[in-house]
Amino acid sequence: MEHVQPTPARHNRLIGKLLLMVAGAFVFAFALVPLYDVLCAATGFNGKTAGLGVGSGEIRDGFGVGGLQSAAAPAPKVDTGRTVRVEFTGTVMPGLPWDMRPLTISLDIHPGELQQVSYLVRNTSNRTIVGQAVPSVTPGQAAQHFEKIECFCFSQQTLGPGEAREMPLAFIVKPEVDRNISHITLSYAFFSIDGQRQTLTSSREAR
Amino acid sequence: MITATTHAAEHPAEHYPGGLMRWLTTTNHKDIGTMYLTFSLIMFFVGGLMILAVRAELFQPGLQLMKPEFFNQLIGVHALVMIFAALMPAATGFANWMLPLMIGAPDMALPRLNNWGFWLLPPAAILLTLPFTLALFGIGDGALATGWTFYAPLSVQGGMGVDFAILAVHILGISSIMGSINIIVTIFNMRAPGMTMMKLPLFAWGWLITAFLLIATLPVLAGAVTMLLTDRHFGTHFFDAAGGGDPILFQHLFWFFGHPEVYILLLPVWGLMPHVLSTFSRKPAYGYKAQVYSFIAIGLLSVVVWAHHFFTAGMPVPALIYFMFSTMAISLPLAVLFFCWIATMWKGAMTFETPMLFAVGFIVLFGIAGLTGLILADVAADAQYHHSYFVVAHFHYALFAGGIMGVMTGVYYWLPKWTGHMYSEKLGKLHFWLTVFSFNLTFIPQFFLGLAGMPRRIPDYALQFAEFNAISTLGAFVLGISQLLFAWNIWCCVRGGPKVESRVWEGAEGLEWELSSPPPHHSWEIQPVIK
Ligand code: HEM
Ligand SMILES: [Cu+2]
Repeated sequence: MEHVQPTPARHNRLIGKLLLMVAGAFVFAFALVPLYDVLCAATGFNGKTAGLGVGSGEIRDGFGVGGLQSAAAPAPKVDTGRTVRVEFTGTVMPGLPWDMRPLTISLDIHPGELQQVSYLVRNTSNRTIVGQAVPSVTPGQAAQHFEKIECFCFSQQTLGPGEAREMPLAFIVKPEVDRNISHITLSYAFFSIDGQRQTLTSSREAR
Repeated sequence: MITATTHAAEHPAEHYPGGLMRWLTTTNHKDIGTMYLTFSLIMFFVGGLMILAVRAELFQPGLQLMKPEFFNQLIGVHALVMIFAALMPAATGFANWMLPLMIGAPDMALPRLNNWGFWLLPPAAILLTLPFTLALFGIGDGALATGWTFYAPLSVQGGMGVDFAILAVHILGISSIMGSINIIVTIFNMRAPGMTMMKLPLFAWGWLITAFLLIATLPVLAGAVTMLLTDRHFGTHFFDAAGGGDPILFQHLFWFFGHPEVYILLLPVWGLMPHVLSTFSRKPAYGYKAQVYSFIAIGLLSVVVWAHHFFTAGMPVPALIYFMFSTMAISLPLAVLFFCWIATMWKGAMTFETPMLFAVGFIVLFGIAGLTGLILADVAADAQYHHSYFVVAHFHYALFAGGIMGVMTGVYYWLPKWTGHMYSEKLGKLHFWLTVFSFNLTFIPQFFLGLAGMPRRIPDYALQFAEFNAISTLGAFVLGISQLLFAWNIWCCVRGGPKVESRVWEGAEGLEWELSSPPPHHSWEIQPVIK
């Protein structure tokens, strides 16, 4: 065995500081989670949409949107000077045996107008399943100004065996939306929230 | 400059356990350095074999050799092995061997931690590759198939290979953190009397910045993969959109670590370059202070540019502009380094022994990495090139030509010091020319493929990409086989060869060249004094 000197005290002090840095960096990673949500809600980063008249701290679309967009907004005036084309798409995630399609594929609107469209969603399996739709708006800069007044994504949806349903959505594109934006795409991803997480392999086997 | 009593007396060998026990229990920096370097060389070949299988599949369009799932597993594990088990351990091996010699210390500051740091690596490497073997016996569905980046939601849904990789990354991370702490403490507390920070060898400076970057960013990766693990097994929703999480968050966390990581891999090499260039140009390194400040500037900038890896994920325009310009700003201190390297050679009495060949090859090829990086940093251009073979070519110029060829420079430069024997110059030069030739043969076509629109990470491709892929595969096999020369040359040099002096190279300067070759078991029992 080789003879190893005990660690001198000056080493220990430095090691202590370095370990603190390591711990700090680890905590920082977790602190980024809430920070990221706040940043996204404030900037529309990544297509996270704002809710209408949401009290502070409330959860909409599964995201906290409170505080930054709080208090009921005054009824927006319609900007008839320009039109924006809104396109609708949707995908069903693996592990959810549903079909979905928008009944309106695209719509030309004036910013500020209240609009209503719907999606047709059908359960292709022979059991009752609960799903949750998660919206996303592209481009991200438009997301802040895309307000959903009523949406099937506000709550979980249950479909019985073979059941089909029209799911409505009412929204306003606020007049403040950037003048450069002429196209907005609203996309939904429908997820299964039936306890069991679907792995790639299990969904492959299920098919 | 140096008044040192060189302590050449070998300790009698009876003091130390022999055989396997010597290596399992050693706390000697040279033994540990040797283990790191050996491990790195083995894993270099393991990772290389994996990617040769991939290149063989890509030789022709269509699926010939493997299923797409297996293809995906190979590319991801190849990258993780090369980064975490080949390049990083090689740099740590250099640090272990050379830092005490260079700064006049008897050993690393924390010898026992050092032993642990190394012995964590083999289990981690086994964990990473075990799922391949398990799959042969019908257990699980193979290694992680997400690429080295672990992007959610794919990694949340993937098979148990992802869990193995997460565990391996945790262990590798702990090992690197231990190594970094040891290196920082050694550099801060163990320098020879009179060696101020501004007299520190540049290699030590490069490693110092690397060690701080590791401490600042590896825990973030550890946090990210921990969240992944809890998402997979404990019902959290960090990256699961259905539960209010966000897969893009994972990309932020990953690249907050991932971008600094590329500098972690290269800073030790940048530290080494001025030593080699000045030795073979017989002239002091140009711009010592400029290089130190560039290292620091690059270290600081590297943690604020991460989002350039996913410009296309959707970001507000101000964010795009910020990340574009901050990324481009990194090329300024990098350019300073290039100028210093070239100025070091300027009007020097240059000779081209193998290490110098590799150093000059490094400068040229790594320059291509930097220039293509600037193209990718341009948001508009990146919309086209992102996730294409152009990116693959870019980072192989950075990591193979910059990283691996930098490590080879160091190995040829220091091998005679470590072993006391000269390697074969003839084989070394042959290895260099074959490597440079076949490296370019492999990766230049990949630039063209990327420009023509071939996406990365696919096992099959459209017909118009066939010729360039065939050339690239040919190059890859020559490149792989050439590396056997490298291993053979090292093996022969360890076993014997012409004896060398303490100052192996005529123009070499620094404390490490005052000690005998090979150095005594305890490097500097009496610390030298720097005036
Ligand atoms: C002036 C210097 C550099 C600039 C401006 C730069 C810029 C970039 C950009 C913008 C990307 C993302 C491309 C995309 O995915 O669309 C990228 C990818 C990459 N770069 Fe660089 N780079 C530079 C130097 C380096 C260096 C020195 C290294 C390594 C040591 C490196 C390693 C990588 C790697 C590994 C990737 C791809 C990662 C992946 O997607 O798996 N780069 N670089
Ligand atoms: Cu980067």
